Amino acid sequence: MYPPRFDYVAPTSLEEALDALAEHGDEGKIIAGGQSLIPMLKLRFASPETLIDINRLPGMDGVSEEGGTLRFGALCRHNQLGAHPLMTSKYHVVAEAGTLIADPLVRNMGSLGGSLCHADPQADWGSVMIALKATIVCQKKGATREFGAAEFMEGIFTTKLADDEIVTEIRCDAANGGFGSSYLKMERKVGDFATCGTAIALTLKDGTIASAGVGLTAMGAKNLHAEDAEKVLVGQAPSAELFAEAAEAAVAIADVREDSRGTPEYKKNVLRTFMKRGLAKAALRAQA
Amino acid sequence: MEPSEQKAVRGVGHSVRRVEDDRFIVGRGNYLDDVKLPRMLHMAIVRSPLAHATIESIDISEAMALEGVVAVVTGKDLEAHKLAWMPTLSGDTQAVLATDKVRFQGQEVAAVIAESPYVAADAAELVEIEYEPLDIFVDPYKALENTETIIRSDKEGQADNVAYEWEAGDKAKTDQLFAEADHVVKLHTHYPRSHPAPLETCGCVADVNGATGKATIYLTSQAPHAHRTLFALVAGLPEQNIRVISPDVGGGFGNKVPIYPGYVVATAASLLLDAPVKWVESRSENLMSTGFARDYHMDGELALTSDGTITAMRCHITSDHGAFFADAQPTKFRAGLVHICTGSYDMQAAHITAKGAYTNKAPGGVAYRCSFRVTEASYIIERLVQNAAYELGMSPVEIRRKNFIKKEQFPYTSCTGFIYDSGDYDASLDKALEMLGYDEIMAERDAARAEGRLMGVGIATFTEVVGAGNSKEYDIAGLKMFDSAELRVHPTGKAILKLGVQTQGQGHETTFAQIVANELGIPPEDIAVGHGDTDNTPYGLGTYASRSTPTGGAATAVIARKLRDKAKKIAAHLLEASEGDLEWDSNKFVVKGTDKSVSIQDCAFAAYTNPPDGEEPGLEGVHYYDPPNMTYPFGAYAVVVEVDPETGEWEVKRMVAVDDCGVRINPMVVDGQIHGGLTEGYAMASMQYIHYDDDGNCVGGNFIDYLIPTAVETPKFELGETVTPSPHHPIGAKGVGESATVGSPAAYVNAVLDALQPLGVKNLEMPVTSGRVWEAIQAAKAAAE
Repeated sequence: MYPPRFDYVAPTSLEEALDALAEHGDEGKIIAGGQSLIPMLKLRFASPETLIDINRLPGMDGVSEEGGTLRFGALCRHNQLGAHPLMTSKYHVVAEAGTLIADPLVRNMGSLGGSLCHADPQADWGSVMIALKATIVCQKKGATREFGAAEFMEGIFTTKLADDEIVTEIRCDAANGGFGSSYLKMERKVGDFATCGTAIALTLKDGTIASAGVGLTAMGAKNLHAEDAEKVLVGQAPSAELFAEAAEAAVAIADVREDSRGTPEYKKNVLRTFMKRGLAKAALRAQA
Repeated sequence: MEPSEQKAVRGVGHSVRRVEDDRFIVGRGNYLDDVKLPRMLHMAIVRSPLAHATIESIDISEAMALEGVVAVVTGKDLEAHKLAWMPTLSGDTQAVLATDKVRFQGQEVAAVIAESPYVAADAAELVEIEYEPLDIFVDPYKALENTETIIRSDKEGQADNVAYEWEAGDKAKTDQLFAEADHVVKLHTHYPRSHPAPLETCGCVADVNGATGKATIYLTSQAPHAHRTLFALVAGLPEQNIRVISPDVGGGFGNKVPIYPGYVVATAASLLLDAPVKWVESRSENLMSTGFARDYHMDGELALTSDGTITAMRCHITSDHGAFFADAQPTKFRAGLVHICTGSYDMQAAHITAKGAYTNKAPGGVAYRCSFRVTEASYIIERLVQNAAYELGMSPVEIRRKNFIKKEQFPYTSCTGFIYDSGDYDASLDKALEMLGYDEIMAERDAARAEGRLMGVGIATFTEVVGAGNSKEYDIAGLKMFDSAELRVHPTGKAILKLGVQTQGQGHETTFAQIVANELGIPPEDIAVGHGDTDNTPYGLGTYASRSTPTGGAATAVIARKLRDKAKKIAAHLLEASEGDLEWDSNKFVVKGTDKSVSIQDCAFAAYTNPPDGEEPGLEGVHYYDPPNMTYPFGAYAVVVEVDPETGEWEVKRMVAVDDCGVRINPMVVDGQIHGGLTEGYAMASMQYIHYDDDGNCVGGNFIDYLIPTAVETPKFELGETVTPSPHHPIGAKGVGESATVGSPAAYVNAVLDALQPLGVKNLEMPVTSGRVWEAIQAAKAAAE
């Protein structure tokens, strides 16, 4: 397992990083935590000419909740989010995903932004950010673009991010009262990619669901936005029947194939089960 | 000068801390990849992406042009030296580098030797190979039916894809008993292809010195002496010039018993280039090309009387060996010791047949933590017995008790010809049920069922056959399966023990010292244990099949006793007493009825400074031990599971394992071996397998697809023991390294099946994935409607 030859630069400011990206174009590749990229290099699935290491960029690993906005720096590590007091007390969908990704070694190094840009449909953060209706901020030299999380991910390992862009921040509206969320994931063992994952965020107002976000992991060529399921939920009072109906709406958009994790029927069954369980969990938290 | 202080002797039965662990824990072990020699070159292997294809052309020019590349070797190059093919340890042949065609995905086609591993990997990508695809067979049944596409077209006279046929037992008597049976229980099941996946992959550093003619081969080897002899025979090198060194080995589990093409190519390259050549596999190379295990399709049948007495067993095996029959089996045993499949049960006859298939899959069939197919054997009988219980309306405990070989029947000759040395199966099962609280658990299970929950209790009571040989019946590639120990006691009473067996994590450096301590009274910390270097250890067949303690351990005990006998002569001389007046008291000789004594250390010192007249000086010797019989460890395992009916996931709530491996040398090491085996058994039962798509692509060639349980998934184990010594082993020990891998898979599977029994689910195939459980539940529900 020896990677092909590559050059390596380690900018120490965002400006330097953007310069490096502008210079190397599609022959450059950003490395953050490296938990997907390094294996791909060693397997020779990827052979960029230059790695641009962004781990030294200052101020990109913070989390804040100010002025009605929740912000995540792109370099937040999975483990950091999984253990963050704000997440474990309020944004459970983030805390739960953060502790279910891969294994402790990966969680210590892997980054939120890196995972989103890698866009593995079996990875977890995309679904979480879809559920939170988050915005992904992409910068290049002299310009900034923003995308909704669902829009950002285009397909297997492909996103809206251009070769000369870097994801700097992910943000969403901060939750006010009545917010509850959950992330459920089936993995065959610790470190496994998801067989199925459900990211759910609900806001309850006066006993009815005022807003709903549902993102699905490993249910298609990208993290799926279960819009129909959200429509089923919004405006209704939480109930087992409602959750079952929303689950069916989510199952309807699943596009899965048979592999060693199971048949399509099985995977859809897990999705159905997790939707019901995840919604119940999120609703309970919203009511707490 | 007098020998120094007497220390407490901690021999057999003491949980001495493993002396080898210190160096591993602080990262000071010396594994194969740690071996770095001056002028050393690096080798990378070019492998076939296709499962079956003729090789039309190989163009090495681009690879050779890369700076830092020293040589590119192809099968044609090896052919010139008669090294394109090599023998396997099962009497077949295997391509070293493919010359005519490739027969599995990942097969070795060429090798690049370069100045760095990076350059070697770069150049490997530049070797251009043109292939012409052929029909692919991944299903052994289809391969066996086919006589048009001959996978082993290289073998003269091979007109089909049959690797071997073999049988054991008494067909006529078995047929008669089946004809007379009140009830016949049948089970078709597949023990899936798995892989030992040791943490350290395979590799070698071949250092053939052109000036001295000496070939020093550092090798990830479980059997360094046997490998040296085979190198001598295959490569035609004089054996005295070959030194195989197996350094610290990071797990073997059977994977490091065979000789692999990479070893042969690296050695040939070192010889031709006159420089050391290192080759270390990647994880995927290990999983995709080196010795896999199992892949047995089994049709088992039990004949029973109406009261649940088992009268006979039939089993037919279709074994899938991939492209080359590259098992490592004793010569006379094509299907290993699978005819131990009558297990712990007293029956009148059995008939076992096996047919091996060549397919377009990786070669092998090694015994993964298993004494030659005993794992498969134990699985089929323990599954059949549980099915028989259900079909006859008996409890799985009752049917076992009814059919157990009784304590007073030992030594017991099985109907397939094994002589079980000792056993007490009822005691072992009693202990497991007592630890489990069986009646309470069954009540809990029934209450859970009443609530609609899926709770199950599974049992497996296994009997193993380990410790090959005797040498009359057992040999590998002609080499008889004895083993050896050489013990040298130094003047200061410290000792060095050298073994023909080789540790890969079993703890020999600790436990074998304890055997010497037990017999000779020298504390284990005063005994260095050497192994793995053929220039410095006596000959032996190596460590696998749980054979180290039964063979090498016995040799150690015997040589220690011989030295004690000599020490007694010295003691008599020192004490000015007759030998007949001396008594041995753990570490000293005492003149009977007095307080006069000399320690073993005193005797050792005298052996070099004051030997008795006419006695040969020194205190050392070697013993080659040819075991009179195998040993037969056994045990009773019980597993409690609960199944999530919505997702099919199952969780082990309890896992009780009672092992009887005879006398335990180091109880802590034994527990460690059992923990490891139970974990690997759980892996096979729940998640671990390699399979192939119709194009012969390997699924399971990395740790994303080939699952190894972590501490999180691994159940909590509750261990118990009974001790039934082996009557023929010098210290009564039986070997324990593999018991838990052999016995536990059936216990896990039986537990899940028990949970699903109210739904009418009859069979589940390993690995019992949550998807398979859910599908089985759905199918049973559909059938019930």
